[in-house]
Amino acid sequence: MTEILLRSKGSIGIMVEAEVIIPDIFAGKKKEEIEGLIVWQGPFSLPLAEFFDVDVRSGAGLLEDTGSDGTRPDETSILIEGDVSRVKRIGQGMKAGRIEIHGSAGMHLGAEMTGGSILVRGDAGSWAGREMKGGLLHIAGSAADHIGSAYRGSWRGMTGGEIRIDGSARSQLGGGLVGGQIVVAGNVENFCGIRQSGGLIVVKGSAMRGVGAEMNGGTIAVCGDIRQFSPGFIETGHEENVKLGDMQLEGLYAKFTGDYALGKNPKGSLYCREG
Amino acid sequence: MAAASNTTANTTIIRNGCVFDPLNGINGDIKDIFIREGKVVSSLTGAEMRDATIIDASGKTVMPGGVDSHSHVAGAKVNAGRLMRPEDHYKSVRTKTGITHCGSGYTVPSVYKQGYDYAAMGYTTVFEAAMPPLEARHTHEEMRSTPILDMGAYMVLGNNWFVMRYLKDGDIEKAAAYVAWMMRTHKAYGIKCVNPAGVENWGWAKNVHGLDEPNIHFEVTPRELIRGLAEVNEMLGLPMSLHLHTNNLGHPGNWEIARDSLMIPSGIEAKNRSELEWAKTKESAKRKQSLYLAHAQFSAYGGSSWRDFCSGAPELARYINQVDDVVIDSGSVPFGPATTMTGDGPGQHDLYMITGQKWSNCDVELECGSGVLSLVYMKSSPVHSVQWAIGLEVMLLIDDPWKTIMTTDHPNGGIFTQYPQLITWLMSKKARDDTAKECHKWAYDKSSLGGVDREMSLYEMAIVTRANPARTIGMAYRKGHLGVGADGDVTVYDINPDKLNVNDTAALAAKLARPDFTVKDGRIVARKGEIVSVPEGRRYYCRPYVDDALEKEMLSDVKDWFKYYTVGFANYPVPDKYLKNPVAIQVNRPLEAEDLVRG
Repeated sequence: MTEILLRSKGSIGIMVEAEVIIPDIFAGKKKEEIEGLIVWQGPFSLPLAEFFDVDVRSGAGLLEDTGSDGTRPDETSILIEGDVSRVKRIGQGMKAGRIEIHGSAGMHLGAEMTGGSILVRGDAGSWAGREMKGGLLHIAGSAADHIGSAYRGSWRGMTGGEIRIDGSARSQLGGGLVGGQIVVAGNVENFCGIRQSGGLIVVKGSAMRGVGAEMNGGTIAVCGDIRQFSPGFIETGHEENVKLGDMQLEGLYAKFTGDYALGKNPKGSLYCREG
Repeated sequence: MAAASNTTANTTIIRNGCVFDPLNGINGDIKDIFIREGKVVSSLTGAEMRDATIIDASGKTVMPGGVDSHSHVAGAKVNAGRLMRPEDHYKSVRTKTGITHCGSGYTVPSVYKQGYDYAAMGYTTVFEAAMPPLEARHTHEEMRSTPILDMGAYMVLGNNWFVMRYLKDGDIEKAAAYVAWMMRTHKAYGIKCVNPAGVENWGWAKNVHGLDEPNIHFEVTPRELIRGLAEVNEMLGLPMSLHLHTNNLGHPGNWEIARDSLMIPSGIEAKNRSELEWAKTKESAKRKQSLYLAHAQFSAYGGSSWRDFCSGAPELARYINQVDDVVIDSGSVPFGPATTMTGDGPGQHDLYMITGQKWSNCDVELECGSGVLSLVYMKSSPVHSVQWAIGLEVMLLIDDPWKTIMTTDHPNGGIFTQYPQLITWLMSKKARDDTAKECHKWAYDKSSLGGVDREMSLYEMAIVTRANPARTIGMAYRKGHLGVGADGDVTVYDINPDKLNVNDTAALAAKLARPDFTVKDGRIVARKGEIVSVPEGRRYYCRPYVDDALEKEMLSDVKDWFKYYTVGFANYPVPDKYLKNPVAIQVNRPLEAEDLVRG
């Protein structure tokens, strides 16, 4: 295993676009090579060293049983220290390996990732896990809008993998969700699971309004309250201690099908806790 | 490889290429092509030879520059497609270079990207297939900003209030006067007729479904409109024949109405009365057809619903094989993302009801309508698989390649950058069989494609992508061939006809997608897909005339009804300044045209 440490040099003005910060690119590179990777800030392209101190620690001792020299992406771990909430696209498109951020991350964290894992100990900006296809994105703090959703204009959001949010998320969580699962320990705001066609969203807290609007497949469960219920859902029964994938929910749930606002035969399921 | 020793002289020689020039009967002969001042010439002087740009095309395929006679690349509905599909843009971008603009868009690219992508693929001439009169300014603005390509646009007239009124009254002269005035006013090149009588009904959420079904208020039938506009077309003597998008387009079982529509102009003689100098060709470069059917794939459906949907292409092809007055373009479906856009508002609404995709719809006042929808054609879909098969059947079952033109009705059936893929299916049965295996089984079960052994040759490819589109739209006086006097538009493919293995699909598609050279007006514009120079294209339009007194009479009708427009009469025309490098084609003397129809 190789660990690469990025230490933020201080506050960042215009947001930095840093899709180079993925194990797939860092793997096997020397300190100087990583420092020289190009990121964009506004109209300027600058080396990564402009914003981060880089340190590479090879753990050769760990590699005896694999026979590898620790340069594969899946043996690469990136640790980021400091506030990177103005650094966008960390982990975008990553296929393997691990990223851990001791602070908050900017927009598009782990967007389009297909494998590996990301842990943010702080908060994540909007579009985290956007259109992700696989892997694990764990946000220990709270998340902003459009988590795991489709990007502008598209109705195909996250298709696989898992997003865990220990705090709350804002609006349009899982917009256009096709597959995979999103679990929010806290609350969500508006239009969670809008246009969802597959996959699973579990909100342990409450939702504001528009849950499952225009959904035609997949499952949403809200364990707290929904302040304004979407009008296009029809109640189809009650279930106790619902099991959704590998999730076991406690208590009595009302089950709804929808969204009939979208078509005549929608296949979306919405569970709401009754008691 | 080619040594291009560019100097100040404007002469170019393409040496020793295997030339495919069907309008001159040249089938792979090894020849030199000489170009002076942008035009093909028979020879150059010694001094000119010394200074010429020389392209060594030994062992390579040389064809005239590609001509796309039906594509949606400019105007309001194309832009509506761009606006409603940001997802089509942010994943398909091209960065700027020292000489080119940046651009974006996969199914509906920006105008710059369109121009570069066509040129990189060996095409030099592209015609916009549907320009609503009220959107003519927008269309010309976009064409003006499209680099490299020579362009023109067909004006949509099949649901125009004035045309409908005159044809209902049987006043063909005034209809002709109106069309002539409209073409001059809006700088249009040809007449397009989209779902005649049906789009007008769409204003009342209705459509028409039969050729003899009169529409609301105007009480004119599709048959009267098709016949009338075809007559008007030949009375005026336009370079191109009437271009028809049939009724019931995109609906199961529509091959019959398509065939019956093709019969309507039967007997009307094709007359191109344009005043032009024609470049030298061995075969006649003048069109024979009185009807040019748009995107036949969408009009060649069998069955009675989507459940028993099947190909109707064999039946449609059987009729076309019997007659000489019809040309089709294919509107083939190569699978993948598309953006459907057409003046057929009700047709697009039906597609929206099936797919639930993003949809936009527009009513163009007294003139026409339109709809735009995003769509992905999937090999796993039974219907899409049959559409793929039909798009190839219409090319392969019509025996005479001079009756067919290869298109995708970009971006409706597919994207123009998929033409190379399309060509591989037309040239190789194995390529078709391989794709059919990846498709839903309906592809071969519900069509006759599996039993078709025909494989098109490079010569036939040159017909359906160059010679015939140019001839069909009346541009063969300068495009689609390499005879003396033709435009110096040449494509040099890295394909050695003697060593060509049509079954190596990937290699063939790659070579067709990125020709070694695209030459326009004697100047190299693209080299292996890279744009190396960016000349401004020309904009072609027709200026047909009728008798002054008739025109005055007609104009008083137009002014009378102009109160229904949201624009003022004075603001209606497209000013000359909207066109860069305009080429106005003068057409017709009215009296003899009238005699023609009455006689």
